Parts: sequence; structure tokens; C-alpha cells
Amino acid sequence: MRAIGIILAGGNNHRMGQLSQKRAVCAMPIAGSYRSIDFTLSNMSNSHIQKVAVFTQFNAGSLNTHLNSSKWWDFGRKQGGLYVMTPAMTNDNSSWYRGTADSLYQNLSFLKSSHEPYVVIASGDCVYKMDFNKILEYHIEKKADITVVCRDMPENADLSRYGTVSMNEDSRIIDLEEKPLKPKTNTISCGIYVIRRRMLIEMVEKCAEEDRYDFVRDILIRYKDVKRIYGYKITDYWENIASIEDFFRTNMDFLKPEVRSYFFKEYPNIYSKVDDLPPAKYNPGARIRNSLISSGCIVNGVVEDSVVFKASYIGNNCVIRNCIILNDVYIGDNTTIENCIVESHSTIRGGSYYQSDDGIRIVVERNERYVL
Amino acid sequence: MFKKEMIAMLLAGGQGSRLGVLTSKVAKPAVAFGGKYRIIDFPLSNCINSGVDTVGVLTQYRPLRLNTHIGIGIPWDLDRNIGGVSVLPPYEKSANSEWYTGTANAIYQNLEYMESFHPDYVLILSGDHIYKMDYEVMLDFHKSKGAEVTIAVMPVPMEEASRFGIMIADDNKRINDFEEKPAHPRSNLASMGIYIFNWETLKNALLENKEQANLDFGKHVIPYCKEKGSPLYAYEFNGYWKDVGTLNSYWEANMELIDIVPEFNLYEEYWKIFTNSEIQPPQYFAPDSVVERCIIGEGSEVYGQVYNSVLGCNVTIGPGAIVRDSIIMNETTVGAGSEIYKGIVAENVKIGSGVKLGVGDETENDTAPGIYNHGLVTVGEKSIIPDNVSVGKNTVVYGVTTPEDFENAYLPSGRTLIKTDD
Repeated sequence: MRAIGIILAGGNNHRMGQLSQKRAVCAMPIAGSYRSIDFTLSNMSNSHIQKVAVFTQFNAGSLNTHLNSSKWWDFGRKQGGLYVMTPAMTNDNSSWYRGTADSLYQNLSFLKSSHEPYVVIASGDCVYKMDFNKILEYHIEKKADITVVCRDMPENADLSRYGTVSMNEDSRIIDLEEKPLKPKTNTISCGIYVIRRRMLIEMVEKCAEEDRYDFVRDILIRYKDVKRIYGYKITDYWENIASIEDFFRTNMDFLKPEVRSYFFKEYPNIYSKVDDLPPAKYNPGARIRNSLISSGCIVNGVVEDSVVFKASYIGNNCVIRNCIILNDVYIGDNTTIENCIVESHSTIRGGSYYQSDDGIRIVVERNERYVL
Repeated sequence: MFKKEMIAMLLAGGQGSRLGVLTSKVAKPAVAFGGKYRIIDFPLSNCINSGVDTVGVLTQYRPLRLNTHIGIGIPWDLDRNIGGVSVLPPYEKSANSEWYTGTANAIYQNLEYMESFHPDYVLILSGDHIYKMDYEVMLDFHKSKGAEVTIAVMPVPMEEASRFGIMIADDNKRINDFEEKPAHPRSNLASMGIYIFNWETLKNALLENKEQANLDFGKHVIPYCKEKGSPLYAYEFNGYWKDVGTLNSYWEANMELIDIVPEFNLYEEYWKIFTNSEIQPPQYFAPDSVVERCIIGEGSEVYGQVYNSVLGCNVTIGPGAIVRDSIIMNETTVGAGSEIYKGIVAENVKIGSGVKLGVGDETENDTAPGIYNHGLVTVGEKSIIPDNVSVGKNTVVYGVTTPEDFENAYLPSGRTLIKTDD
């Protein structure tokens, strides 16, 4: 592969509420056994990108823990590998990443010391499968300066947290808007870009000179009439999980056989850190309907239309309905939970009742746990 | 020069013929166990959990799956700069090339490997037992007794003692005598096939006996050490230990894992068992599925009913299917409306729809009653069973079968249906 990979995993996001209290959005658990960044990392690995940098800043600990070894994504290499870049104090710089372009500028030496001609930039909060080679081919064929991966959204979708693009017949992007209140099109940018490495260095240096810090606003939008920016439209599954509703819906999507088959059965695979948990165990009283259960769980109660993440315990006579139970949750006997997301490591006392009539409720319980 | 205090040599070359078709294509240590594990995961995990980070795995019979599984030892943290796991197959020498002809002969042929680590002690393990054991504690015992050889033993019921190699030890645990499968046992301490040798003792015993045909630890090396007057001690182990050498004991050991609080608990944080998991996704249960008293591996999908069973990874149980008291290994598909009772179904098997396994009366197996018994139905790996056939008890099916192989769509109890090229 003639590109290096950069994963932008730095941002905080108020739309995740309590869920991003202690973790980066890119470390959000997805589909029972994965974390959000696994999808982009696996895509890069499967596209044979050898050298990948992850720029992280907000609640970086969660992501650093997940990425403590690069071997699960096959990045444990002598040539290339996985580089986790948090902001560092230097003689020239004492600020955090002030934006995406600034994070690139602060790691300019990484860009400069690479020899691959292209850079693939992607965000770590999306669930998708992609062969970046195809986009690179397209980029070269179109003689583009920057290629932006985009996707059509449903007619009435709320696009106020995306960037939208307008393209001409040749797929050249003629207009971009960031987080529009009244979007002109329903085509959004997926936050995945291909650009020549030297051009990126030039543009990022220019930005820094002018005290500009944002990749979308200060590079894409600012240069849209000067540079050849092309759109590459995808139609495959792609979801951004950076709001509670989208996070919930994306997880629930994995209850559909076609989504599971696309991500889990079709080559290439999505990889994640290996946890060495025992197989899931179902005791008498367990009744599971249309649900995903992950390894290490022990289930004694009823689970319906839910996604249960790893190493959770569900007690006797419990009813879990339309819920997402994150990792290592202990749910005591005779508890009913409906339409909720239960935060990881929660301990819920026996006989509790959590329910929400409109929207999704987030349950965080830090009770004493007496079970091994 | 580098040095390891104790290294382990893990014997994984045997076929394990009493597991019938389960080991026709893989060595016994590579047979799946407990949903996501393989038998060899238990001794390998014990090694790393005990701080033994240098393990030689001796392979010979059908090593492909074993080699793939072990790789460079990443799942067990046995990928080390010095030491780690090494797979040791028999190799050609300038003169006198031979296969591994016995357990001790295999170790003898790898003296050079052991020598390179300058060990003080060598731990000999076999790759076919299910247990959690801290070898470091055993080594402490070995040192404190001033032993040259320590043999791990396990108290067994007196009436079963005649099936084992029995150690007769004094109050200080020093072994005075031993008997192989005695008719009238004098003790109930059964050898577990786990030894710690002082390096010099082991090396001398192997060199002295190198001409012995089929050089074996139990038959030759241990008696030789005793004759020479080396202090032999018995280290008593009282935890869970299961030999899964027969189909029935293999089935039982799997079933014991699904007890509500199993004697052998995989869910303890302490002393984890590690394995090479190729598959990571969660398990899916359809709206009409029933699952009770089961353990199930990653990526499996259940549309039917599963009771009292152990399912591996990526298993699919079709709608309306019923699986009871069975072991279904990785990547196997059970078609719609099929029923399986007391079955052991190996990896990558395709069972059609409307198939019934394990029905009818119990009759002794016609070819190998010593292997296929206790009413089990055994299906070998990569087998295909066509739609709407029934199979009796104490039966074995292996290979790509077609409706013509089943007279009146029925394979009666006690019959053997093996269709393979080799």
C-alpha cells in the first residue's frame, strides 16, 4: 500500500452524555465484542496499510488501554506499525490539539519522516468496512488533490452534525458546508480522506502559519475552489456512532442477519483486542430472544431485543428488554430494565427497575459488588 | 549465556485413538474442548500462569492443526525473545533417523533443545488432560524434599485404582514402589503423567537408556531412576483433573462445565485459560430460540432449541432444531428441524435438515465397541449428513455421506459409517 493511515480520535462530544464521561468516543463498545476504532483499524490493516497513527486527546486513557498492543490488528511489525500520538509539550508548542489540522501539524515529523506518497485520514467513530485501495485508485484516476468519501443520507435525516457536500457530474466537489442547519444536499462527508502526503504537509504548515486549526473548515472548505477535491460515494453500510441515538441504533443494527453477515461472516474480518474470556453460559431460567450475547457472560434471566457486551452477569428472574448492557455489568436478581443503556462496570442491585418511555435512558450504578 | 530455572516439555505427539474419529485428522491435544478451547490450552495456560515461559511442544501425529493453533505462542504470551514456545517435530539426522518411538524417546531426541536453556529442572507434561495446576508449587515441593524426580499424583477411588499407574509412597511422600494397572492396588495415588526431573538426573537416565526400544517414562525411565537410588517423591494434587482419553470421559468433562457452579470453573478471574480465538463476534439468539444449561462460543447463532450442551464457535443451530446433551464443535451447521441427542459432532460438519441423531435402542457398536459406547453418536470433522435421515446410538458417521448410504434413511444403532479416502 502506498499510503500511511491517520485516525483522528481526539474529540470530545457532548452528544454522548454520560457515556463519554470516562472514555473517548472512539473507544465506545460496539456490537458486543468490539470498540468503535476497531472498524477503522481493521479496515486499514486489511487494506495493507503498514503504518498507522492514532491522534488522541480527550479521555485518551480508554483508547490507550485498548491499543496497548498493536498485534491484534496485525500492526505488530518492524516496518511500520501502530503509533498512538497524544499531544506533547515541546519547545515550540505547549498546547493541546486545537483542532484536527493542528493535530496533524503537531505530528508533522511523523508525516515528514514517512516515505509513502499518500495519506489516508479517517475518523475512529464510524462503523463500516472499506478497502482503502479502491479509494486510492479512484483518487489517482481522477487526478484529485483530495478525495472525500461521501454517502447519501435518507431524505429527512438530521444532518446538523455532519458536513455536507455538493458534487458536479464528474463527482468534483463544488461546495462543502460544515454542520449546516439547512443543508443544500443530503450527501454527507464520511470523514475519510485521501491526500498526497507532500500536499498535506504544505497545507497543514500554511494553516499553522495563519493560526487555523480545523481540517474541514480551514483546508477542505477554504481550498474547495483552488484544489481538485473529489467525492467517492459509497453505498455500503456506514454509521457514525457519535450520538446516543446513533450509538444505540448502530448496536441494534447488529440484530439484523444481513448486518451480522456483512461484518462477521464476509471476508475480511474485523479484529479487536483479545480478552480471553470463557464462553457464555446459560443457566436454567435463561430465555434469550432476538439478542446478541458476548463471551464471558452468565445469563440466568430473560433477555429480549438487546445487545449484551462481554463478561456481564444477569441474575435470576431478570427481564432485559430493548437494552444495551455494556461490558462487565452485574445485574442482581429480579431486576427489570427496559430501553436503557447500562454503562460498563455498573452493579445493579437486585429488585431494581429501570425504564424509559421516550428515548434512551443511561444507567450508571456504582454499587458495591460482592460477587467474584 | 542464558538460563531458565525450569523448562517444560509437553508431549503432544500421540494420536489418542480412543477418541475414535475425533482424532482421525488431528492430534488429541488439538481436539476442541469446552466451547472455545483445545485440550492443549490447559497445560499451556498452566505453564504461563506458573511462570514457566519456555515450553517445547513435541508433535508427531497430524501436527497441522496443532501448529496453526500454537503459532508463535501469542495467545499464551509465550512469544518471547528467549524461550517461549517451540514446536519440536521429529527430524532427520545424519545417521539413525527415527520417529518418536516413545514418550521418553521423544524427550531424548530433543536433549539439544533442553541443553540450550541450561535448566536446573525439566517439567514433563502431557497434552491430554483438563486441569489447573501451579507447577511452581510442585517445584517448591520438589526442592524442599530434595527430590531428583517428583511425580504428580492424584488420589482416586480404590475401586478405580486398577486402571492407573499407582505410586506407593511413605508418610514423607517418598515413593517406595509403583505398579502399572495393578489387579490388587496397594495405594490409591494415581500418576498424572506430570514429572519434574533434576536436569542431570533426566539427562543421565535418557543417555543410559537410549538404546531401549520405545523408551517410555512410566515403563523405563522412572524404574531406572528408582533402581539407581534417586529420591522419588509423590506430589499430591487434589484439584480437578480429568483425563479425556475416551469419548465418554471427553463427553462427561464437557458436560461438567455446564453445572451451575462447576467443579472446574472457567469463570474465575484468577488462573485464566488462554486460547487462540480466531472468531470474536457475539452470539445471536433468534426470537424463537430456547437455550438452557449451555455454554456457547463466539459467533454462534441459535434459531432452534439447545439444552444441556456445549457449543463451539460459529455454530449454527437451524430453526426448529433440537440439540440435547451434546457437544457441537466449531463451524458446524445443524439444519432446520434436526434433532441431536447425546451427540459429539466435530468441527466443520454440515447436518442437513430433518436429521435425527441418537434415536432408537442401544446396541453395541459393530466395529469398535470399546470406543463408541455409552449411547453416544460421534460425527467426524468435515462430514456431511444428508436431509431426513436418522442415526441410532453407539454409532459413528464420518465423511461425505449421501442418502444412498442410509438404508431406508436410517443407520441403526451400533453401526459404523466411515467414508473417507484414507
